[in-house]
Amino acid sequence: MSHPDRESIGSGATLGPARAFLEGGHALAEAAIRAGCRFYCGYPMTPSTEVLEYMAKRMPEVGGVCINVEAEIEGINMVWGAAGAGVRAMIASTTNGMSLMQESLAEMVLGRIPAVVVNMGRAQGDYNQCTRSGGHGSHRMIVLAPGSAQEAVETAYRAFHLAEKWRHPVLIYGDFMLSHTSETVTFAPPPDTVEPLPEKTWATTGARGRKPRLLTSLGMRIEGEPAGGGGIGPGEHRTDTTAPMREAVKRHLEIARAETRVETAMLDDAELVVTAFGILGRFAKYAARLAREEGMRVGYVRPYTLVPFPYATFAEIGARGIPVAVFENNAGQMVQDVRLGVEGRAKVDFIGGISMDGSGFGVGPNVDALHILEKIREVYPQRRAA
Amino acid sequence: MAKAVGTVHIDAERCKGCELCIPVCPPRVLEMSVEVNAIGFRYPILHDGCTGCELCAEICPDYCFEVFREVKAAPRPSNPASEVHA
Amino acid sequence: MSSTHVEQSGTIAAPDVKAGLEKVFTRSPLLGTDTHSLCPGCGEPNAVRVLMENIEEMGERENTVCVLGIGCYTAFAALMDLDTQQAMHGRAPAQATGIKRVLPDRLVFTLQGDGDMITEGIQEVIHAAARGEKITAICLNNAAFGETGGHMTATSVIGQRTKSTLEGRDPARHGYPIRLPEMLTGFEGVAYLARGSVHTPVAVKKTKKLFRAALETQKRGLGFSLVEVLTMCPTGWFVTPAEGPKFQEERLVPVFRVGEIKRPKELEV
Repeated sequence: MSHPDRESIGSGATLGPARAFLEGGHALAEAAIRAGCRFYCGYPMTPSTEVLEYMAKRMPEVGGVCINVEAEIEGINMVWGAAGAGVRAMIASTTNGMSLMQESLAEMVLGRIPAVVVNMGRAQGDYNQCTRSGGHGSHRMIVLAPGSAQEAVETAYRAFHLAEKWRHPVLIYGDFMLSHTSETVTFAPPPDTVEPLPEKTWATTGARGRKPRLLTSLGMRIEGEPAGGGGIGPGEHRTDTTAPMREAVKRHLEIARAETRVETAMLDDAELVVTAFGILGRFAKYAARLAREEGMRVGYVRPYTLVPFPYATFAEIGARGIPVAVFENNAGQMVQDVRLGVEGRAKVDFIGGISMDGSGFGVGPNVDALHILEKIREVYPQRRAA
Repeated sequence: MAKAVGTVHIDAERCKGCELCIPVCPPRVLEMSVEVNAIGFRYPILHDGCTGCELCAEICPDYCFEVFREVKAAPRPSNPASEVHA
Repeated sequence: MSSTHVEQSGTIAAPDVKAGLEKVFTRSPLLGTDTHSLCPGCGEPNAVRVLMENIEEMGERENTVCVLGIGCYTAFAALMDLDTQQAMHGRAPAQATGIKRVLPDRLVFTLQGDGDMITEGIQEVIHAAARGEKITAICLNNAAFGETGGHMTATSVIGQRTKSTLEGRDPARHGYPIRLPEMLTGFEGVAYLARGSVHTPVAVKKTKKLFRAALETQKRGLGFSLVEVLTMCPTGWFVTPAEGPKFQEERLVPVFRVGEIKRPKELEV
């Protein structure tokens, strides 16, 4: 990934096999490198630790930078600096570590810093935190929830692409199971990431032969820089802190129109829809198939973009009056977005719950297709008498 | 040794009337005005005797001063035998 | 006394600039042309001016990326003719690390206040120093949170009255001020440490030299450099602008020793 006006770090060739058998965290890390990521920060925290370990070995091989930071807050701000300097930069953290980073995540939306942030979370309890702006304010990061190691690979390429296409930070939300499950993956940029990207005319690389650039989330403008139309003259107020906020909200609507992605199956004749996100989607989908074998007409929806959320898919389901059963590993978070989506026109049941092992890191007994099948039987609508 | 001759240009409209320049001027040739500028502050006025020492410019937080000083004569060569006549 | 007149542009000049006078001082173009909104008698603009003079004299304008923290000096982000990133409160050394690691040949400095660097962000600056990041961290120390109206920071001095220490900073309740450059002296990755002041013209000129040494330290890749500069804050100190330098000299300078604290041997004396 060359950059026009800097001495390049990371100009080392990206060697490696096209296919490999890797755990999800490693697969995502390798894909990030193949996508041109050359700056990584991490702080060891289960279950994102392995991303840091992989990067610590691999980044130097491609001439990139990997820093084991002393705190997540430092890490996210280093990523801010590196991404602002025009280099693809990423940090992976977990749950509590994400909480520490919230201020900068929110401000990076306002400052339009195209970094990639990964939450390999504990259970799925960070859904609200990930999707409700990642910090203060009304604006949101783009949030992608891969459901397999292969999808994590595609998501890494896609995350950097979307981040630079929209100049907007992107969050990849995985979990313990995704991070630690090994699968065969193929490294290749997905077809939707090959379109050319805009030039980084905002990157602070040193003002060589040009006017200076100011990267800020505070709505400050330098002389001559237009804000919502006109430039400013001497003595005029240089700061409109609300301008980046309004722009972020507007951008979010445009992103929603263009980038919403969802996996659906067996919806045509469905009498109940089961929905889940992330790797738990595979359990829910399998349970839906088992239900079909028992004669229940169960459909399946797996939101891939949690922000923008596929409200339209659920609006259609709501319009058809089909009940929805939401399975997630938390006390009920995505279910709220599902309720918003169906707009009160269909019944929504929460069939998930907090299910972790005693350590608080891994998954518990609910994450099982037969368990989900049992819950489906409980909520499946009774057939009307003939 | 004769005192240097100098002067300053003062951008009165930048001044915020902090008066830091007044006491640092060695010949004490700066005096605050009676009138105020467009943003309501009094500003320094220059009297005769400026030596172009730059101390006012060094202390001014609003960069109001440009300082001028006489051009020094060319230095004498140390060995008169190698003196080049113009 | 000769009379002076106000020219139409708002400039007061001696009636004529005599032949034989050359301009010996003008503000650096890196400061931009517009006025700043900082208080009358604020010391921060003096520090920023001599910093810009160094960058201009070193010819580094096109090679510099700076990171500004949050404080009154943040206004300079919109004025300086340099590529600039804004950081969150306290975070500039981490952000500067990200920039310097990916653009190692650039001159990267932070500009922060004592509230930003020594209070909110002490972890970031300590770790950047410990890692020996080849950045220059600059702290404008006015012993107060100026932008919020004058509140206690980690460098407010004992007895100093602020809006959060109304009867004066009391060690029993509010602890003691932190001397940051001294704290970092033993770090192997730290190459240059100094403290300057801007309460007199001579002090301003000396601060310019300290900045130069710090920036040279970075240019030569010798390690982390930091310059703390005592700056007047009459608003935060509840004194008149004209009283600022005296307050600084009597209350701050005895607590925060001015001078070089650590200097790499590779820098010529």
